[in-house]
This record gives sequence, C-alpha cells and structure tokens, in this order.
Amino acid sequence: MKRALHQGPRWLTAHALAVFAFLYLPIAILILYSFNGQGVGGFPPSDLTLNWYRILFSDAAIWDSVLNSLLVAATAMLIALLFGIPAALALDRAQFPGKAAFRRLVLLPLILPGIITGLSLLMLFRVAEVKLSLVTIVLGHGTALISVATTEVFAGLQKLNRAQEEASLDLGATYWQTFWRITVPNLKLSIIGAALLIFTLSMDEIAVSFFLIGRDNTLPLEIWGRLRRGITPEINAISTIIFMFSLIAIVFWYRLRTRAEVTPEIGAELVETAGGSGF
Amino acid sequence: MATKSEPAVATSSHPGAASLVSIRSVAKHFGKNIVLRDISLEIAEGEFLTILGESGSGKTTLLRILAGFEHSTSGEVWMQGERLDTEPPYRRRVNTVFQHYALFPHMTVEQNVGYGLAIAKRPAAEIQSRVAEALAKVKMSACAKSKPSKISGGQQQRIALARALVNRPRLLLLDEPLSALDANLRRQMQVELKALQREVGITFIFVTHDQDEAMVMSDRIALLRSGELEQVASPREIYNRPATSYTAQFIGHTNLLHAEVRQGTATCSALKWPTSLPDGAALFSLRPECIRPATAASATGSPGNAATVRFRAKLRDQAFHGATELLRVESDGGLILTIRTASRDLPNSEAPLEFEISAADAIPVRASNSNSSSSSHSGSQSEGGV
Repeated sequence: MKRALHQGPRWLTAHALAVFAFLYLPIAILILYSFNGQGVGGFPPSDLTLNWYRILFSDAAIWDSVLNSLLVAATAMLIALLFGIPAALALDRAQFPGKAAFRRLVLLPLILPGIITGLSLLMLFRVAEVKLSLVTIVLGHGTALISVATTEVFAGLQKLNRAQEEASLDLGATYWQTFWRITVPNLKLSIIGAALLIFTLSMDEIAVSFFLIGRDNTLPLEIWGRLRRGITPEINAISTIIFMFSLIAIVFWYRLRTRAEVTPEIGAELVETAGGSGF
Repeated sequence: MATKSEPAVATSSHPGAASLVSIRSVAKHFGKNIVLRDISLEIAEGEFLTILGESGSGKTTLLRILAGFEHSTSGEVWMQGERLDTEPPYRRRVNTVFQHYALFPHMTVEQNVGYGLAIAKRPAAEIQSRVAEALAKVKMSACAKSKPSKISGGQQQRIALARALVNRPRLLLLDEPLSALDANLRRQMQVELKALQREVGITFIFVTHDQDEAMVMSDRIALLRSGELEQVASPREIYNRPATSYTAQFIGHTNLLHAEVRQGTATCSALKWPTSLPDGAALFSLRPECIRPATAASATGSPGNAATVRFRAKLRDQAFHGATELLRVESDGGLILTIRTASRDLPNSEAPLEFEISAADAIPVRASNSNSSSSSHSGSQSEGGV
C-alpha cells in the first residue's frame, strides 16, 4: 500500500480544497454576480448580462476615481523608489551611526496601523497648512511605502555578489558605470517587485487615504462611498476588472522571475513584506 | 625574529628582465589585527610569481592591494616607475581572475569578455575580433552566446581568464582560481595556465594555498606566513634549500633535526655528520627522499667518505603511495624519521634495517618563530632531537 503513503491522509487533501474554496469562493461569487441580470439579489444567478458593465463604462465618477487611483499609485511608486533605493544602498554599503536602529525603524510605517499613519500625516499637513488633495494622498502613500522599496531592494543587494562589482571596477569601469551596468541590472527584479507591490498597496489603500482625502476620490474610497447606499452590481463589475488586471500583473511578474531563474525566495519576501502590512 | 627578511631574497630570478612591480614595505592592519607586515617584493616583467600561504596568511589581502580593492596601511606599490597604490582599481593596468570567477550573470559569455573593451569605448569591430580571439585562446568559442549560468565551473574559469586577458593588462592577478575545480581538471588547468602565460608573456601573480600547484606553475614562489614573507625563491631552490624550518615543512615533507654542533660535527641522537656551522644548537631539514636504504655496495665502498652517514633503524610503519612509499622508522637513539623510497617489499621483521644519508642533504634552516598556527603538514614531519 505504497500509494497511501505517498498520498497522505485523505483529510489533508480535503482540507487543502476547503482552504482554496474559502479563499476564492467570494471572488468567484463577485465575478459571477457582475454578470447577473437580477442585480445583487437572487440565487442562483440568472439572465446573464453585460448590462452592469455597460452602466459602469458610462459612469464618469467611477472612471475619474480609477484615474485618480492610477495617478496616485504611479506617483507614490516613483517617490517610494526614488527615496527607498538610495536608502537600501546606504543600509548595505555605508557605515553611519545608528545604522542598526535605522534598519529597524525604516520598517515601522509598514507595521503601524494605517489609522495612526493617516492621522499623524493629517496632523502634519494641518500644521504645515497644506490643503488636502490628491497631492497629500500621494505624499502619504509615497512616504509610507518607502519602507517597502527599501526592504525589497536591500534584500536584493544582500544577494548581490560583491565580487561582480569588483570585477567591473577591475575591468576599467568607474564606480558610476559599475552601478548602472552591474548593480542595477542585478537589482532589476527586486526593483520591479518593489514597484509592483507599492503600486498594488497604494491602489487598494483606504485608511491613510481616508484621512488625507480632498475633493477627488480614489477608487477604494469611491467604492466605499457607494456601498453606503447599498451594493450595486456595477461595483461587482469594476471589482472584476481590477481582479483581472491584478491577475495579469501577477502572471507577468511570475514569468519575469522564472525567465531570470531566480530562486523563489524573492517571492517569499514579497509575501512577507505584504503580510506585515497594516498600512 | 628569524624571519626579518633580507632584501636580497626578494630579487628577481629573471636577471635580464626589468622589474615590473615593486612592493615596498607594505603593511595592512584591520583595526588591531595585523594582516601584512613590511612586505617588500620585486616582480619581474613576464614572471609567473606565486604567493603561497595558508589561509589567514594575508595572501589574498596582498593581491587585493595590488588590484586596488584594499588600501595598504603603510608602504607603497610602484609599477614601472609610477605609483600604483594611489590609483583607483579602474585606472590600473591590472586585471584579476576572481576566486569564484565573478562573471556577470546578466550578460552572455561574449558580453562578459568584451566588457572591459566596451567600457574603454573600443570600436565595435575591434571588440568583436579581440573577444573572438580571446575566446579561441581559452578554447571557448562555442559558448560565446551562452549565459554564464549555462556553462560548467571549468568553463566559467576559462571565461574569467579570457575576460581579464582580452584587455592586455601589464599584470594579471589570479586569486585561487583553480580551488573550486576537481582534482583532474585542476591538474589540466595548471598545465594550460602555465602554457598560456608563456604564450601571452603577461606577468602573472597567482595566489594559492596549494604547494604542489605553486611548485608546478611558478617561476618563483613567495611564501607568506602570518603576514610576513618567509622566503622568496624558485620552486627548486625553495624545496632544496629552504631557509627556515617553516618553509621546509610547508613545501613538501621533511624531517627536522634538532642537532648539537661541536667542532664541525653535528650530532642528533645516533646520527653524526660533518657541517660548517659554528658550535651550538642548530636545526637541519632532511627530506624523506634523501634517506636511502643502505646497499651492500655502499657498505664496503668509498672508505673514508665521511659525507655518507649510515645508521640502523627499526621500521615502525609504512604507507603505500603508488610509485613511492613512506616509511616511519625509529633509529637506535629513538629518533623518528620519515623516509620516502621507491615501493618495494621490505622484510617484515623486527630486525633493524640499515639506512644512509649524505651529509650535504642535511640543510641547515633557521628556526621559525612559532607565533602562528602550526603547520597543517605537521603530520608528515618528525621532530628529532632529545
């Protein structure tokens, strides 16, 4: 009865299936009901229709908020990378007093509840007399997500073989040339990984945005606002579209990684970083 | 301080060749840890010099100072009349073959080899032809388009060599480049590397901890011990005339004899032989292959030949090594000696055997101070004396 040994107890298989269902059933229902002719009510869904998508595409307010969210996520990503990458380099290479403390404290914004981050930023902008707008949201996301960029790129730097940089110097490249030709290409995956993660975290962020919002809504706040008036199938439709884009991004990231034949640890770190995110 | 090195030992064995690199009183401290002290060494144009030493002897640090990855705490390095140690690594006409090759994983083999030329902004056509030439030289033309991760360790080794040599450096540094290869490939690469060096005529400084490798490949060996140069000489000289007890033990196997000299005769246990050393305690190195089983001919022949010393000893144990055999014997006075002979059947008996040595084979050596970790070869030595 060797097969039994290989298969393990049957209940483990059942358990795995249950977990899978638990994770994905809600999403499946969401997608299904976005095509439901009877709106949000009625089970099983009947009269499959694209009507909700038609309504969605003519809803200007939703698309404004999508555009706002994309703008915020892209700008926050740039800010976080712009500050996070040099910080990771400093952590890896420079010697400065308080380095160990810096290394731990840089993670703090990830662990802090979003309410605290949002509230403290709100206080800061009040004191500085900055009017709340999309700019304040960008600043909020950007600064809080610097830690994601720093930790991701720092992990990449730790894996980088320093002898490669020495080899480059040895072959006549200056420090600057070595950075662009050797260091950055080797960090490419870490940087893309950090960028995707920051973009995603910013796209679905509510707590911080809630405190810093001005007149223009981001997509999560728009959805949240509408839900107070009751669930509409339109929301299911936009959620389905977002889910599809996320799926494409994940597949893209995964293929990039397997093509580069990098050990799967990078993914593990990503999940770890994201998991600790109370942001 | 038996090792206070005389500058005389550091001169080149290439009398005609001009000095290429001059290392002058270089020292390196890492905090309180002194890694190199007062290293002075002249390296001749076209020479194959091996820096030999145990791990922690400072050999890699010395190499990194030459490459420009470390700065010496004091002292200077000159290359052809110009200061070298003040230049950044990218402005030195020195290239390195790294221990684990350090090939760029995101570039093809071809791009790796052409990197230095591309940085120097050579015309594309020149880069292409020189890269092709370099790859042909290391017999790796077939892999030009591969990524480094797709080729074997031995092949990566060749690419690392081509990547360095294609820039036509004045000096090539090799940091234990063969240590990651298996024994057969390693022997093959030793021969090829030596041949390649002769062909291109570039000065090689090769770092290794493997004394056999050093002996096979080098024009000269610089033996480094605890950050100091113990001896610098050709492989033959360093083997046949070791200056210190450490050198004698590190390079090959030896018997160290603690002898007492009186009026031109050295005495160690039951052994006596003539010497020109002054009276007092003296240390001699006697290579295992210099001890021969006495033959009937030599027993009767050459009367009055005081230079041949005969003694009787009992066989303790023997180890078969193929062509040769290592014997451990105990002489009448209780002196344990290691002997290397051609393999043959020895009478398996308690009866004492007769051995002989030539007095000239007992090489007087300076005692090395024992501040460093003891030699890893200690198993093969037998310390004589009372």
